[in-house]
Amino acid sequence: MRTRSRPTTAGAAPYAFAAPAVVLFALTFLLPIGYALYLSLFRVEVSGLGLGRGSRREVFAGPGNYLRALTDAELGAGVVRVLLYGGLLVPVMLGLALVFALLLDEERAPARGFARLAIFLPYAVPGVIATVLWGFLYLPATSPLNQALRALELPEVDFLSPTGIYFALANIAVWGGVGYNTIVLHTALRAIPRELHEAARIDGCTPLQVALRVKLPLLTPALVLTALFSVIATLQVFAEPTTLAPLTNSLSRTWTPLMKVYQDAFARGDVHSAAATSVLIGLGTGLVSFGLLRVARRFGGLR
Amino acid sequence: MTARRRPLLPTLVLLLGALYCLFPVAWVVVAATKGSGELFATPTFEPGSSLLGNLGDLFGYREGLFWTWVANSAVYAGVGALLSAAVSGVTGYALAKYSFRGRDLFFNALIAGVLVPAVVLAIPQYLLLSEVGLTDSYLSVLLPSVISPYGIYLARIHAAASVPDDVVEAARTDGAGETRILTSIALPMMLPGLVTVFLFQFVSIWNNFLLPFIMLGDDRKFPVTLGLYTLLNQGNTTPALYTLVVAGALVSVLPLIGLFLLLQRYWRVDLLSGSVKA
Repeated sequence: MRTRSRPTTAGAAPYAFAAPAVVLFALTFLLPIGYALYLSLFRVEVSGLGLGRGSRREVFAGPGNYLRALTDAELGAGVVRVLLYGGLLVPVMLGLALVFALLLDEERAPARGFARLAIFLPYAVPGVIATVLWGFLYLPATSPLNQALRALELPEVDFLSPTGIYFALANIAVWGGVGYNTIVLHTALRAIPRELHEAARIDGCTPLQVALRVKLPLLTPALVLTALFSVIATLQVFAEPTTLAPLTNSLSRTWTPLMKVYQDAFARGDVHSAAATSVLIGLGTGLVSFGLLRVARRFGGLR
Repeated sequence: MTARRRPLLPTLVLLLGALYCLFPVAWVVVAATKGSGELFATPTFEPGSSLLGNLGDLFGYREGLFWTWVANSAVYAGVGALLSAAVSGVTGYALAKYSFRGRDLFFNALIAGVLVPAVVLAIPQYLLLSEVGLTDSYLSVLLPSVISPYGIYLARIHAAASVPDDVVEAARTDGAGETRILTSIALPMMLPGLVTVFLFQFVSIWNNFLLPFIMLGDDRKFPVTLGLYTLLNQGNTTPALYTLVVAGALVSVLPLIGLFLLLQRYWRVDLLSGSVKA
């Protein structure tokens, strides 16, 4: 980015322009992060019956909350569930987005405008609503697939079984996210100079070869970035399993780490261990993001 | 894929993708016509007979609570995204066109902010807001939505690309003040980019579930997503509410889809260069 240094006549202007954002950033990001770190180091000690005003007091816990969170079996199980869910979701979503983006870039295919719009459309549908729609499509009584299977006297599929639920949730996220990622990848594709494919085509490459040997390598940095955003979103999954939970017994109230944090903070009222868990989730997310960014930098496309 | 000389296959795959994406939307249009007896008893895509009855029930539910939710969503997303686009525009311009002390530090902190998971922020935000008595208020959902690191990032790139240094310089030579340059020259030039920032922020606030879920207790302040979630939750014990949920999903999704189609030319993002191609 080119930014020449300015003559001093600008004076206080840039500071005044940036001030609202700095203040808001401090209030909504820095202060809460600091407060979460502070909270995570304390715990509440209850004396007597825990009834009177002075019977609950905060005492320094050191790493206690962290140690408890790290050894919490339910939290560990939640992490494994989210990893399984993400392992299903991210490759499928990005794979589909890549295929759609490459096909949209293929000038000879008709109906591209319609397909592009239709595939991007679910982006406008909130996760909660998407879960409501798919939830009913999963329920045995309203599922079109199961109605067809019943008509053919074949065994039904239980989308909401303890195993099926991973696919059910991943499908909702794929449906909601594939369009956005397609648009990002397609925009990146259009930034590739036309001469590159022209040349390859004149040299006798088929469209498939152009896609795999010319376009795909140039797309790698964009793919890494979309992967990064998808992974961050996956680790924070909350709305969909929370919304789907009333429809099935396969989803516990602590199915994902984030749901566990919510339960700790608001159902159990233990904000200290919730804070420690959320800091750990933040660190985990940061670590994964950092790793992916390093990969992206190695491919040299990230500015 | 062996798409040698057959453009048919790519088209087929794209149409299958489109079908998959439109399928649940088609379902909700049909399902909203079914009465509570029909919803679980008739074939999935067989239209029912009580669309008007369902809509009447939905709009009449607790004296029109549904419309309150829709209005709340519009306020949260509309006001939040407007403020966010304004703050992003001004900040992005300052970051792109001035060099000042602390600029890089601030920008890097912002970018790191993109990576901070919502939950790390949400609980302490709730506790801090409850210290000042602001939880369960419109402000508790609006305030945290105004700052958008991603929006500022987009606005910065957009300012660098669409506001030429020469124009700023010329305005300065003509004696225009910095604020005047910002409001009458730079921001109008950045407008298409700011519309995109507005749209992305609008959708992300409209879709945000965690923040209102944590902050709000009074269901008259709920956005429509949280409202429908509570209805679905109660459906466990009162199955008649399921038809309300389905009708509500239809009514809340249709305007979004309309808005989406209307403004589709603004949705072009290149994450990599951060550029906004309108």
